[in-house]
Amino acid sequence: MTIQFNNETFRDDYSFWNSDWAIKRFPFPFHQDSYMYAVNMEMHKGGPAGSVYEKRFDVDEHYVSEMKDRALVLDEDPLRCQSLPHMTLAGWDLLELIMVSKSEDYPDLFELHRDGSIWRWINKPMGIDDTFTFMDETTLPYGPMEYITRQAQGDYVILDQRDEMLWMDAGMVTTQADWSLDFDIGMNFFEWHAPVPLAHEMGIFKRALKFLLNVKQSAPARRLNWTMTVNPLLDSSPENYDKWGIQKTTLTPENIGSKQHLRVELQTFFRLPRSNALVFPIRCYLISFKDLVTIPKWGRRLHRVVRDLPVELATYKGFIDNRPLMLEYLEKFDDGLSTSPGVWPDRDTEPPLKS
Amino acid sequence: MTAAPQKVEPGVDIIPALVDKITKVNELVTRFEFKRIDGKDFPVFSAGSHTVIEMKDGDRTIRNPYSLMSDPEDGSKYAISVRRDDVGRGGSLFLHKKIQVGDKVNLTYPLNLFSLDLRARKHLFFAGGIGITPFLSMIMQLESLVGSWELHYATQTEELASYGEELKNKYPKKVNQYFDDADQAILLQKLLTTQPIGTHIYVCGPAGMIKWVTSTAKNVGWPNANVHSEEFLAPKPGKSFQVRLCKSDLTIEVGENESLLEAMEREGVNAPFSCRGGACGQCETEIVELDGEIIHRDHWLDSEEQDSGTKIMPCVSRFLGNSLVINR
Repeated sequence: MTIQFNNETFRDDYSFWNSDWAIKRFPFPFHQDSYMYAVNMEMHKGGPAGSVYEKRFDVDEHYVSEMKDRALVLDEDPLRCQSLPHMTLAGWDLLELIMVSKSEDYPDLFELHRDGSIWRWINKPMGIDDTFTFMDETTLPYGPMEYITRQAQGDYVILDQRDEMLWMDAGMVTTQADWSLDFDIGMNFFEWHAPVPLAHEMGIFKRALKFLLNVKQSAPARRLNWTMTVNPLLDSSPENYDKWGIQKTTLTPENIGSKQHLRVELQTFFRLPRSNALVFPIRCYLISFKDLVTIPKWGRRLHRVVRDLPVELATYKGFIDNRPLMLEYLEKFDDGLSTSPGVWPDRDTEPPLKS
Repeated sequence: MTAAPQKVEPGVDIIPALVDKITKVNELVTRFEFKRIDGKDFPVFSAGSHTVIEMKDGDRTIRNPYSLMSDPEDGSKYAISVRRDDVGRGGSLFLHKKIQVGDKVNLTYPLNLFSLDLRARKHLFFAGGIGITPFLSMIMQLESLVGSWELHYATQTEELASYGEELKNKYPKKVNQYFDDADQAILLQKLLTTQPIGTHIYVCGPAGMIKWVTSTAKNVGWPNANVHSEEFLAPKPGKSFQVRLCKSDLTIEVGENESLLEAMEREGVNAPFSCRGGACGQCETEIVELDGEIIHRDHWLDSEEQDSGTKIMPCVSRFLGNSLVINR
């Protein structure tokens, strides 16, 4: 299927929108009516046809507009993309991984032609046709990581693996849930996770680190994370908090359905072959409450999750002040019926909302 | 994420391969080169990686880890060099005596527990005997990245210095060799006190050499993070013992010449593993009941964990005593 790319914005007039196709395949993160941290990793080896889990790097209708938004962020703040000097090899690994995956998974959109170390890369949606020498930085307009992640949705963090620890030594971060690459660069796994509540006490990070250190070349992994964002804003960064933080106070009972978005991150992990680094793509999907409740099961469940979430988590995720307003909106879509297990919409089997 | 969060599968993906070439390097060491059966290229890898080779000796399955010594960028083949061990449990003897060109083996994807620290301004290598193998791939990777390196390579005799002559001819200024029978020794103290800032040390060889290099480095003030070592522990034979696997509802006997991990595999129990040498942590297993003593031989558990008697690494550690129940 050829994708129709939306012409939309993630700032100013916020013209971002999801088609019915995008709503149906949204990565709803709650497999039951409540939420708590877990080391919820699984192998990233495909998924149901059409789902966001199917391809190694999902491309959807927001691709072209997201890449335009990334370019705007980088124009204003080049430090959103950084790579410490020893991470260039990992950058080439990532460039190869994305080019090979996209050209194999979306042959109608991307082509890679390799003749020894001379590579030709064609990105049809973005109108790019470049020939360069693999492993020779002087033949690309940017470093290898920056070059390819200006053409790939989601943030990318490359973690160097040394001394049984992961170090955040490179990244392209413009669509983040309120954290800063410039602040975290060079930190280790425990240092950059220090602000997260509860999970340390639960031993989550110790176990997660052990898992990640052992991610193998043949076995990429994935998990979901989520938070809430007012307005379909990709760049919810600490650097720009003065611009977007205030928007959280603009919710009203009338506009919450279209302004309040569930923000879901599909996080994947790939071992990079030459550098032995780990790349951590963090792909952001946004859906308005109004669109989400068109799936009856998701409407019922989201109400219950938001209602029962521990105060610490609602505070950390930044929506404790808006929770009463969210619940007031969502409770209209919860008729108390039970929900089927699992994350899928189950539109054919789940009953419509009883009014 | 899916209906119920799925558990990650234990075990590792394997690449079916053929023995393509066998070359005697010297009296003790033989090189084996492998090709993929499906005709594709092997994945490129990071220098210092190893693969676990899985071979069938009649009914017995042998799985041994070996450092990859071929060019990391060359996917057309993987190569390992194996030293014959006449008193071990037979993996190396099987390779030396029975394996033929054309035989099928399974290789795991490369796993790296001895990687280059790419921040280093200079990489200083210490190899003892067959410990040369990971450095062969490291040298090739550093040459292609234009990295600075220097090798100090000690062997019993010149004859037993596998690849020593080739290395010396190719990189005369970077390779230094030492032969025990000529009373030559690495001037370690001097070397370690005259390196430029930003140098990283790597040592691979017999346990005694690793200890000598790492403790000397410590004594002259090297930071731990700049000192790297790799010692593959072959599972040592020991007294046979019984173990109860509570999840599998099975009681099994671990023979003198096999590891607990191998005994579980023999009984068809799905047990995770990667390095099979006590270093990677994949096979860590919880102890449910213990009346006796665990003989810990791994590098993974810290001494507190080992003393607690709550965890065992089945790839190399054993048990002596009355009863042991583990959560597998």
